[in-house]
Formats: sequence, structure tokens, C-alpha cells
Amino acid sequence: MTIGVKKVARPREMSFPESLYLLEIVKGLGVTMGHLLSNIVRQEGIKTIEYPEVRREMPPRFRGRHRLMKRGDGSPRCVACYCCATACPAKCITIVAGESPDPGVEKYPVRFDIDMLRCVFCGMCVEACPCDAIRMDTGWFTPPDDTREKLIFTIDTLLEK
Amino acid sequence: MLTGPLFDISVAVARIAVFFAFCFGLVVVMTWVERKGAAYIQDRRGPNRADIFGIRAWGLFHPLADALKFLFKEDFIPDNAHRLFYQMAPMFSLAPVILAIAVIPFGPDVTVMGRRIALQIADLNVGILYLFAVSGMTVYGVVLAGWASGSKYPLLGGLRASAQMLSYEVSMGLSLIGIFMVFESVRMSQIVAGQGGLLFGVLPKWGVFVQPLGFILFLVAQYAEANRTPFDLPEGESELVAGYHTEYGSFKFSMFMMAEYLHMVVGAAVVGTLFFGGWQVPYLGDAGFLFPGGSAVAVPPAVVLLLRIGAFVAKVLFFAWLYVWVRWTIPRFRYDQVMRLGWKVMLPLSLLNIFVTGLILLLLER
Repeated sequence: MTIGVKKVARPREMSFPESLYLLEIVKGLGVTMGHLLSNIVRQEGIKTIEYPEVRREMPPRFRGRHRLMKRGDGSPRCVACYCCATACPAKCITIVAGESPDPGVEKYPVRFDIDMLRCVFCGMCVEACPCDAIRMDTGWFTPPDDTREKLIFTIDTLLEK
Repeated sequence: MLTGPLFDISVAVARIAVFFAFCFGLVVVMTWVERKGAAYIQDRRGPNRADIFGIRAWGLFHPLADALKFLFKEDFIPDNAHRLFYQMAPMFSLAPVILAIAVIPFGPDVTVMGRRIALQIADLNVGILYLFAVSGMTVYGVVLAGWASGSKYPLLGGLRASAQMLSYEVSMGLSLIGIFMVFESVRMSQIVAGQGGLLFGVLPKWGVFVQPLGFILFLVAQYAEANRTPFDLPEGESELVAGYHTEYGSFKFSMFMMAEYLHMVVGAAVVGTLFFGGWQVPYLGDAGFLFPGGSAVAVPPAVVLLLRIGAFVAKVLFFAWLYVWVRWTIPRFRYDQVMRLGWKVMLPLSLLNIFVTGLILLLLER
């Protein structure tokens, strides 16, 4: 039995007028001029999204920046169980627990910081949370900022969204 | 009243100021055209953010913002660089191109206060030879930059540039011999004046119609001389970072950019002058239009002058745009392809062009 030989398609040899390039270059100039004119006439046809003014519509399951949920009375739903901080592979969640004033609830987070510069947006915290207190459904990523400190989001920032 | 030498000096200064301002203004506009044109050709939007009091004007203020940025950036010299040559290179790159604008006629002779004044900075009798002499010097800037940077990519870029520019200089010079033979002069003003006639009574006697092969050869050689795509190997960014100006920053870098764009503008003006009649408008004489059918339209002299200067500007704008247009259309050649094209195709063809031109001129004389 012979070894199978696969014929690989080679590029076609250029014909003489093609090898002169001149006509082909003129054709190419026509193509680019067509794009240029159509883009000048129909500006809205350009695919570029002009970022700060126009924002891309993210898919519904996009894991964006976090938010903390609230109870009916406005207090954070979080019970400071440390499940998210434990599950976090990037170790970016810092929680300090305090005794809750509500007798039905044991603890509440005094501090709940997420270092957005360390976060890898894996969503493990959301999966780990037993009371659906943290979600990543804001549909937007972390906006840029000029210092590292501003990018450690505190509980107030996280509750706002 | 201005008289005698004072008159001559003021005329000379005025001519230099006007044409210099035109060329540099066009350089500024070309940087914008390059970016915006590239964007639209590639289905992008291009620069549109720089604004003055909220007026964005399609990004027209970006060249201004670029210039300001370059002026205020740190002017550094790398440790390995040769300090003197490193600083000389941008000047060597820019100065010859500025010199080259001197011999381009941008309009017909005008009469001011009873004196005939040529709209040309210097009507040298060696015309094009001067142009070749100064444009041949641009290679020094590139080579010097490549060598003095003390870094490997600029060195490779400089070497490529020198080899490429020297090779194409040959066919560029030879491709113009045909023009000299037809118009029997190397003086720019006489070449333009010679293109005012008609060919077979219909076509304007432009260089492109009497020397079609010479035109194509010259255009290609010019692109290679100006280091523009498809011959931009000296700064081939995908392989040499930025080629000979990799180690340059701030205003020195912007001098290289200015030299490149001024090269484009001057190149466009030279092509327009030698092959497209310079300031000549087809069928327009001193008294008005005279069409081949026999119909004539009288035009006042002032309008004739404006039409002619306008024709020159339009030709320059078109060929400057052609540089941009070609750059964003075709890819870069491989280095050996560039050399093969230069020596094995362009050179024999330009020699053939001289031979055929000579043969035809000889037969016509009979």
C-alpha cells in the first residue's frame, strides 16, 4: 500500500499583465477609493464605537464590575460570612465583620473592599455567596482611574450600583 | 516706491515666503490627510478628538496638537549615540528637501511695476540637475541617523535606505533624460513653457503624453526616493521597529516626519511640473481659452494668472494625495524584490525609453 500523497494547492502563476503590477495597482486604488468615498458619504456605516460617548451593549451574562445587594430596609444583604473572600482566587476581597444591630441577623460587613486591580473577574465570589448578596451584572467593566487607591472599591461604592 | 536693489530683494523675499509657507502649510495638512485618509480607507473614523473651544473640525487641529506635543517632549540622546552626528542627522534630512523647493515654478511670469517677475524662487539654468544634486543629499540624513543612533534597527534601516536610494537615483535620473530631449532644456521654466503647446492639435503637450513610460518610471522612482510604500523598507515597522528614526524622539523625530512629508510635497510638485504641465492649463493661452474645435473664450489676464496658479496647486494636491492613496492600498515589497525591480526592470526600461525617444526624435527631424 502506498503512502497517501496530499496535493497542496499552489498559488496560480501570475499572467503577464498581472506581473507588471500596474493595472492591478490601479484596480487596488479603485477599491480603496470606493471605501474612502462610501465612508465619507455614509459616516454612520463606520463600525467604530466612539467610546466615552457611545458604549457597547454587553451580552446579558457579561461578568462586569461587582455590586452588593440591599435588603428591603436598605441595609446590605451581606452577612459577612467570608465565603466570597475564601473562594476568591485573586485574594482581592477584604471583609471586616461587625455585630449586626438587627437581632435576626448575626453579622454585617463593617468593611467590604474589592481591589479592582487584582480582581480577575472570574465570578467565583458570586457563586460562593450563600445569600445572593454580591452580583456582577452591572454590564460594565471597571472604569480607568489615576491612582491605585481610587480603584479599591469600598462598600459604599459597591452598594451604590 | 521701491526701486533698484531694494525692489529685487523684496521680490525675492516675498517669493520665498509665499512658496515656503505654501509647502509647509501643505506638509501640516498632509499629516492630517494621511491619518484621516488612512482611517476612511480602512473603515475607521480617524483623528477627531482634538478641539479648540469645542470645535473639532474633523480632527484638523491634530497636527497642531502633535506639533505642540513634540515641542514639549524631553529631548533625549541615547547613551550609545554619537552625540554630534545624532543631532546633525535630522537637519541633514530636512535641509536638502527645503533646498529643493527653490527651482519649482509655481506660476507664470507676472509683470509688477513694469518688471517681469518669474513666480519661482530661483530660475537656475541647471534646473533639474540642481534638484537631483540636493535630493541626492537626503540619503545622508538617513544614513547618518541610522549609524549615529548606535542601535541595531536604525543601522539596518539606514543601510537599506542608502542602498535603495542610490539604486533608484539611477533610474530616476535616466527616466528624465527623455524629457530633456523632448523639451531641449533642463531649465524648469522652459520645460513648463514647452508643455503649453498641443500634440496632434488635441492633446496638451504635457510630459505624460510625450513620455508615458518616462512618467511611470519617474513616479515609481520617486516613491522609492521618498521612502514611501511600497518602498518604505528603511522604516519597515513590522521588521525594523521604525527603521532609521527608531532612537529619535521629540522635535528631532518630528523633523524626520517633516522631511518625509516635505519630500512628498516637493515630489508632487516636481511630477506636476515635469509631466503635467506645471502651471499650464490645457487650451488656456495668455488671452483666454482656445479649444481645438476652433471656439475661443476670452479671459481677463488676472483670471488667467489665478487659473494657472490654481492649476499648479491642484496638480500638487492630487499627487500629494496619490502618495497617501498608494500607501494605504498596496503592501510593502520584500527587500530583494525592491532591488530586483530597481536594477533589472527600472534601469533597462529607462535606457530603452531614452533609446526610443531618441529614435523618434531623429525620425521626426527627417
